[in-house]
Amino acid sequence: MLEIIQTVPIEYYVYLSSVLFCIGVFGVLVRRNAIVVLMCIELMLNAVNLLLAAFSTYLSDGQGQIMVFFIMVVAAAEAAVGLGILVMVYRNTKSTDISLLDKIRN
Amino acid sequence: MNTLVPFIPFLPLIGFAINGLFGNRLSKNAVGMIGSGVLLLSLLLTVACFNQLASGGAIQVNLYPFLAVDNLRINFGFLIDQLSVWMMLIVTGVGFLIHVYSIGYMHDDAGFYKFFAYLNLFIFSMLLLIMGDNFVMLFFGWEGVGLCSYLLIGFWYENREYGKAARKAFIMNRIGDLGLLLGIFLIYRTFGSLDYGVVFGQLQTGTFDHSVITTICVLLFIGAMGKSAQIPLYTWLPDAMAGPTPVSALIHAATMVTAGVYLVARCNGMYSLSHEASSFVATIGLATSLLAALIGLRQNDIKKVLAYSTVSQLGLMFLALGMGAYTTAIFHVTTHAFFKALLFLAAGSVIHGLGGEQDIRNMGGLRKHMPITFWVFLIGTFAISGFPFLAGFFSKDEIFAYTFAHGGPIWWAMGATSALLTAVYMCRLFYVTFFGNFRGTHEQEHHMHESPLVMTLPLMLLAALSVVGGFLNTPHFMHLGEGQWLAHWFAGNGLNNAPVIPMAELHLEESTEWTLMLVTTGLVLLVLAAFYFLYQNTRNLPVSDSAQAGVTKVLAHKFYIDEMYDFLFVQPMERLSKLFHYYVDVWFIDGVVNNIGSVIQGFGAYVRKLQNGNIEYYLIGMVAGAVLLVLSMYF
Repeated sequence: MLEIIQTVPIEYYVYLSSVLFCIGVFGVLVRRNAIVVLMCIELMLNAVNLLLAAFSTYLSDGQGQIMVFFIMVVAAAEAAVGLGILVMVYRNTKSTDISLLDKIRN
Repeated sequence: MNTLVPFIPFLPLIGFAINGLFGNRLSKNAVGMIGSGVLLLSLLLTVACFNQLASGGAIQVNLYPFLAVDNLRINFGFLIDQLSVWMMLIVTGVGFLIHVYSIGYMHDDAGFYKFFAYLNLFIFSMLLLIMGDNFVMLFFGWEGVGLCSYLLIGFWYENREYGKAARKAFIMNRIGDLGLLLGIFLIYRTFGSLDYGVVFGQLQTGTFDHSVITTICVLLFIGAMGKSAQIPLYTWLPDAMAGPTPVSALIHAATMVTAGVYLVARCNGMYSLSHEASSFVATIGLATSLLAALIGLRQNDIKKVLAYSTVSQLGLMFLALGMGAYTTAIFHVTTHAFFKALLFLAAGSVIHGLGGEQDIRNMGGLRKHMPITFWVFLIGTFAISGFPFLAGFFSKDEIFAYTFAHGGPIWWAMGATSALLTAVYMCRLFYVTFFGNFRGTHEQEHHMHESPLVMTLPLMLLAALSVVGGFLNTPHFMHLGEGQWLAHWFAGNGLNNAPVIPMAELHLEESTEWTLMLVTTGLVLLVLAAFYFLYQNTRNLPVSDSAQAGVTKVLAHKFYIDEMYDFLFVQPMERLSKLFHYYVDVWFIDGVVNNIGSVIQGFGAYVRKLQNGNIEYYLIGMVAGAVLLVLSMYF
C-alpha cells in the first residue's frame, strides 16, 4: 500500500491540494449562496486534510493522520452550526444570499 | 477583670452598630435604651476597674499586634492607670447622663436613631483615645472623636451654615492634628517606640537632647491647640454650637475638648523636662482664657456664651498644665465637666422649653416657668464662678495658687481677671435669662414649659456633682480631712512603678494661700451680688445688634478674628483654588483629555468605513492578508 502511494511523487499531492484549496477560496469569495460558501469551506479543509495525510504517509509518522481526524470532527461541528444558522436566516429572509446579511449590522 | 476591659470601649461600639444598622426599625424607646444602656454597662465596668486600681497597679491588656514593620511594634492594647480610669469615669459617667437627657431632648427629631448611633461612636473613640497604651491608639481615638464631632455639629445638615460650621471644625482640627502627628513621628525617632511604657520609662532613666524634647512638647501641644480650642485654632468651637445641645454638652464641653489636656497630662514627664514648652503652654492658655472671656461678655446667644466660657476654662486648664500643676488641670477638667455639662443641658432645657429660641434678649423671667432649670442653672453659674465650696471654687483656686507660686503676681493677676470675667459673663447670662420680664413673643410665652423628668433628672444629678465635686481635691491648708485626695490618687504607681502624675510642689505660706483665695472669692461674690442689681434695671439689658457701638460692637463681633482669618487664609485659598480650577483643571487637564478624545474620534470616523457589514468584503480582506503574509516570507 505504502509503495503504491509512493509511486506518485509528493509534489503532485501538493499541487492537487493547492488547486483544491484555491478553488475553495475562490468559491468563498465569489459565490453568494451560503450553502455553496459552506461547501467551499469544506473543500479548503479537505485540501489541507489530503496534504496532511500525504505527508504523514511519506514520513511514516501517524501524527498527521490523527490531525486529519480532528479536523474532520471540527469541520462536521462547524458545518452543523453553520447550517443551523443558515436555517434560521432562511426562515427570516426567505433567502440564502449572504450579502443580505449586512442588515444585522444595524 | 482583664478580659472585661476591652468591653468598656467595645460596648458603645456595639451600641453604635445596633442603632446605626437597625435603628430605623426600632422604636425610639428601644434606641434610647440601647444607646444609654451600653454606656451604663461601660460605666459599671469602669467603676470595677477603678476599684481594682485602688488596690493594685496599672492594668495592661494587649488585644493583638496591630502593626509590625521592622522595629516598629504597635499593639492594639489598653492601659488603665489612675489617669485613664479617672478620664474614663468622666466620659462614661457624664456621657451616660447626657445620653439619658438626649432621650428627652431629641425625642421629636427625625434623626433620633442616627443621633444615638453617633453619640455611641463618639464614646467609643473617646475611650480609645484615653485607654490606648501607645500614641497610635491615642491618635486613632483623636481622629475618631474629630470625625464624630464633625458628624454631630453638622447633624442638622439641611442648614448650610451648620454644614459649614462642621467643616470649619474638621479643618481646624486637621491643622492641629498635623502637629500631633509630627510630634508622634519625632517621639518614634527619639525613643524608638511609641508605647507609653517604653517612652516614659526612657525619660526617667536616659538623657535626651533638651531641644528635641521641647520640640516634641510644642508639636504635641499644637495638636492640643486644635482639639482643645486654644489660640490660634479656637474659632471652631463657638461655631460648633450649631450641633444639638447635648452634643455641645458632651463633646464640646465635657469630654472631647479636654483631650488636649489629657494628652499634656499623660506626657507630664516630658513637659516637666522642658521649661520653655511649659511656658509656651501657660502663655497660650492664659491668653486664650482672657480673650475668650472678653468675647463672652457681649455674646447674646445662650450657647455662644457658654462656648466662649468653655474656651476660657480650657485656657485656665492649660495655664495649670504650663505651671506644672497637672493634677490641678485634670481636677479642673473634672469639675468643669460637671458644671459645664450642667449649664449646657440646662441651656438646652431652656431652648427646648422656648421652642428653639437661643437669643437671651428674647428671654427673661424664666424663673417662674422653669423652676428646676432655674435652680440647676443657678448652681451651675455659681459653681463656674467660684462660689465658695462649689466645684469650681476649689479647682480654680488651686490653679491660681500654682500660678502665683510658679508664675508670680502678674500671672496670678491676669488669671484672676479671667476668673472675674467668668463671673461677669455668667451673671449676665443668668440674670438676663431668668430674671425680669419675659421679652419673647406671646406664643412662646404661652407654650413655655418645664422639661420632662428624663431631662431634669440628669440635670439634678449633675447639679449635685457640681456642688460636691470640689471636695475631691480640697487644698491642704483648709485641713478638711485628709485633703488633696485626687492628687494622692494620681501620685499612685502606674507604668514602670512610677507615679502617674507626681505630687506637684507648692511652696507657699498658708497665710499667702488664704489671702489669694479670699481676694479672688471676695471679688467674685461682689460681682455676683452687684450684677443681680445691675440687671434688674431694663436699661442695662443687652441691646439689639444695630444699637451696638464701640467696645460692645468689637466684643460682639469677637474682635473680628473670624473676619481676619477669612481675609488672611480663607479668601486667598479660595482665590488660589479658583485659579487652579480654571487654568490647571479646566484649561490644561480637561483640554488635553478632550483633545486626545477628538483626535481618536476623527480617526475612527475614517476607520469606521471598513466595518460595513458586507461579508464578501471581509473575506477578500482576509484572503488578501493571508496572501500577503505568505508572500512576505519570500520577499
